[in-house]
Amino acid sequence: MRKEGEVRISSGCAISGIFCRDGKRITGEAIKKSIAVMHNRSNGLGGGFAAYGIYPQYKDYFALHIFYDSQTSREESERFLAKRFDIINLSKIPVRQTPMISDAPLIWRYFITPLPHLLQDSQLDEDEYTSRATIMINDSIDGAYVVSCGKDMGVFKAVGYPEDVADFYRIEEYEGYSWTAHGRYPTNTPGWWAGSHPFSLLDLTVVHNGEISSYDANRRAVEMYGYSCNLLTDTEVITYILDYLTRKQGLTLKESSEVIAAPFWTTIAIKDEEERIRLSYLRKMFSSFLITGPFSILVGFRGGMMALNDRLKLRSLVAAEKGNVVYFSSEEAAIRVIEDNPDRIWAPRGGEAVIATLNGEAGL
Amino acid sequence: MRIIDNGNEEIRRPEDEEITVKRCLGERYVGCGMKNGTLHVEGIPGNALASYLDGGTVYVDGNAQDAAADTMNAGLLAIKGSAGDALAYGMRGGRVYVLGDAGYRAGVHMKAYEDKKSILVIGGRAGSFLGEYLAGGIIIVLGLGNEGRDITGYFCGNGMYAGTIYLRTEKQPLNLSDKLIKRNVDENEKENILCPIIKDFASVFSIPVERCLEGGFIAIEADKSKTYSQLYAAV
Amino acid sequence: MRYRIRKDDSCISCLRCVRECSFGAITAESGKALAFHHDKCTDCQRCVSFCPAGAIYITEDENRFRKNAVFSDDEIKEILLQAETGGVLLSSMGASGKNVPIYFDKMLLNASQVTNPSIDPLREPMETAVFLGRRPEKAERDISGRIIDNLPPHLELRTPVMFSAMSYGAISLNVHKALAAAAEKLGTYWNTGEGGLHESLYPYKKNTIVQVASGRFGVHETYLNTAAAIEIKIGQGAKPGIGGHLTGRKIIGDVSKTRMVPEGLDAISPAPHHDIYSIEDLAQLVMSIKEVTGHRKPVIVKVAAVHNIAPIASGIARSGADIISIDGYRGGTGAAPKRIRDNVGIPIELAIASVDQRLREERIRDRVSVIASGGIRNSSDAVKAIALGADAVSIGTAALCALGCHICASCHTGRCAWGLATQDPELTKRLDTEKGAERLVNLVNAWTREIKEIMGGMGINSIEALRGNRMALCGIDLNAKELEILGIRYAGE
Repeated sequence: MRKEGEVRISSGCAISGIFCRDGKRITGEAIKKSIAVMHNRSNGLGGGFAAYGIYPQYKDYFALHIFYDSQTSREESERFLAKRFDIINLSKIPVRQTPMISDAPLIWRYFITPLPHLLQDSQLDEDEYTSRATIMINDSIDGAYVVSCGKDMGVFKAVGYPEDVADFYRIEEYEGYSWTAHGRYPTNTPGWWAGSHPFSLLDLTVVHNGEISSYDANRRAVEMYGYSCNLLTDTEVITYILDYLTRKQGLTLKESSEVIAAPFWTTIAIKDEEERIRLSYLRKMFSSFLITGPFSILVGFRGGMMALNDRLKLRSLVAAEKGNVVYFSSEEAAIRVIEDNPDRIWAPRGGEAVIATLNGEAGL
Repeated sequence: MRIIDNGNEEIRRPEDEEITVKRCLGERYVGCGMKNGTLHVEGIPGNALASYLDGGTVYVDGNAQDAAADTMNAGLLAIKGSAGDALAYGMRGGRVYVLGDAGYRAGVHMKAYEDKKSILVIGGRAGSFLGEYLAGGIIIVLGLGNEGRDITGYFCGNGMYAGTIYLRTEKQPLNLSDKLIKRNVDENEKENILCPIIKDFASVFSIPVERCLEGGFIAIEADKSKTYSQLYAAV
Repeated sequence: MRYRIRKDDSCISCLRCVRECSFGAITAESGKALAFHHDKCTDCQRCVSFCPAGAIYITEDENRFRKNAVFSDDEIKEILLQAETGGVLLSSMGASGKNVPIYFDKMLLNASQVTNPSIDPLREPMETAVFLGRRPEKAERDISGRIIDNLPPHLELRTPVMFSAMSYGAISLNVHKALAAAAEKLGTYWNTGEGGLHESLYPYKKNTIVQVASGRFGVHETYLNTAAAIEIKIGQGAKPGIGGHLTGRKIIGDVSKTRMVPEGLDAISPAPHHDIYSIEDLAQLVMSIKEVTGHRKPVIVKVAAVHNIAPIASGIARSGADIISIDGYRGGTGAAPKRIRDNVGIPIELAIASVDQRLREERIRDRVSVIASGGIRNSSDAVKAIALGADAVSIGTAALCALGCHICASCHTGRCAWGLATQDPELTKRLDTEKGAERLVNLVNAWTREIKEIMGGMGINSIEALRGNRMALCGIDLNAKELEILGIRYAGE
């Protein structure tokens, strides 16, 4: 059977997120409890977590989580990294053996920073330098896959139910101010760890529920700008589109949400003139990035989290607030299980982004 | 109190018995296909609550998630909180009362058949695509506490071809399709059609009925002169 | 003698067929007895359509030459004709290359099942609006951080179907009127072709695309500004590399006035634009047109699909043009040398696929819009062209069919019995412009509904999500190379 990336596999899912606006770092217990409530939205073929604020002692370095199929691919990757980066620290990511998770690859973590003279010669900023290096590892080193490469954050994912993945990675031992989780229900069984979610690029992580119908139009558009969609998953293409719109086009996340989940023309028509012009512009200018079909996504980024539904709201999404903590989930129960008395609980409208950021920080 | 292992099996079986489910948290299919008896649900029931409900009564004291009252045939589902998306999809008969808001796509393709007439009353506001493809029955949105605001989302009643949507508002719903007719409800219709339903709704939740009937109602129905069959040409 | 005209006993001798036949194939001797001149029949079906008794039959002539595996009947006839006349074979409408595959028929469309929902377009919002024009590379903001609308002018289409260029002279003013009125009603565009714009059509300005071809007939400042967009015609699918020749016989009255060519004088369109011998010259013409129209209108460059269409399109995209219009091998014409029509150019499906891919590889696909034309027969062809990468499609032959054309391919005779490709006032009045417009509106509305139906089936509710969405397509009966160029997978793969 062909792996993810050689064939496009659709999947349904559960998502959940917790964000502490005051920057308070909480353990992975809560997010595990939340996603576990939605056990039957997954089928044991993929689960994962993204956490921000978990590496405060290394927060100025890029944290790489890498899967290796073999020691050879590890050695090759480490040689590759050593040539381009200063490796501050490297270690195996500690895991807990559990019968529920099998066929684990070698899982390593590195804290690195670009070699200054090479960075200067490359005429790139350190984000672009690092993201290009990780894409090169994924593309060219057989058996190596960079799972995440942002600063003070990391992605933990595997083939299995999300709660088992949490146990495997001992996520209760990590403390972060922002957590997202994903339980996957693919329609096919590739059993490839890298194919699980969250998907990430630098600090950007995406968990996603649904299957988009605009996939190939979006993929072919974003590939024009130097991205290569190797996994053929919706999550991957959504991540790249958001990176392109925010980092390369300078749009805010809210504006980006108005591109990918653009209001219908009939809806734009009843807005006031300034808004009408603005929304029309975004639709016309970035028409290749309109995403159709069902999706609900949680986007994690440095200092914030965004929740967004497709414009028809074809997937469920619930949001809640309690004090400084913001919750998102596919089902209300997954929020109630960790916060049974929220100050406010609501269902954001289709195409209406909800963005939470750290107090005192402007959003992207 | 008995602790029941196979809850749904037990719930479906009893005759005219009252059962209370406590600390519900995302468990799906609660009250699915229940023919009689009364079920009180405390907490947050999961998706597909009271789907295929067939005569029983289900009270929920909190919020319901997606796909509640899916393909319901008879009985009463009363939700004291809000409902998620796709409430009462394809419902054929019985009553669904929601005191709070409903999400997207409430009452899509609700029907009426012979003596069955589905009734959906939403106390708060409804999301977009309310009553899409409506094929019969009555949907009422009261917008309690939302006076002066839009009480439905976009595309209300799109593609409906029978049945009536009543809204307690003076406002025209957002981007209403040109294949629909909007009219004001006269006193006679209010008295004869809306009053009995709304009185029942108010008594189920023990709220004052006067408040629910305050002000004018508008009705939305399909424009029968604009059928879809005229869009086709047989080869 | 390709066709044979017959009648049966139900003929009531009303002579309607005599009055309808504009080719002199049916005459009445001594005012009563019908005479059939089979050699003049073009099988245009006018007589058949109008015979009140249903008594007339047009069949292919059963007298044929001896069968030969190499020389077909038509080949031999053409040799005989050329031996007799010494002439270049002249024909019209689109190519008849029987062995050139119609790739539209070898691609199938996808639909949603379970993993995402299909959409009912009659009841749910389904967007077919298309904006054609250039897009800048980057969004910009003013000092207060507000996004600036830095988009150059765009054409706004309510449906991704527009009408192809057909000139006044090649077709009648009535056809232009019908096209213009229909375009206005539909919220799309019609195209004047190279013969100028009759003054009576100035009110349709908002839905008119005016063409600038090598002959520059009727091109003046007012003409250029009485349009929503200007199209520079480099070539057309039916006759790439070939100019045009409208005989002096057709340059009469308003045609002469509109083209600004003296009555009776031939109107010759040179093969190339003699002010464009290279791509940088094209950029100059694009810019001069933008100057004269105050940079308020998009400029389209229309080319025929030829072997190296991908780099050509890339050059056009970089010339400052806003929209590239590509006309494929099967595109129609009012007159073209038959050998050219049937042997030059490549099918639009392959052209669009390779142009779209090339523009993406060069990272400029989002900068320009692309229109596909040349053998678009129905809504599914349109959907497939868009999924391959076109923004919109343009129809000529199909539009003429809506007005009565039965594709007898005799436009070049100027005797069109349906009153379309002719200037004979007795014939042109056969087209009721209002009814014609209504039929065009019906056709495009029906296609639009079908396009929505197909999109809905795929769970796509906006046309831009279909554009270049090659996973919406799969191939049947195609080889690996064809699949590669089309950028699609084989059915079931």
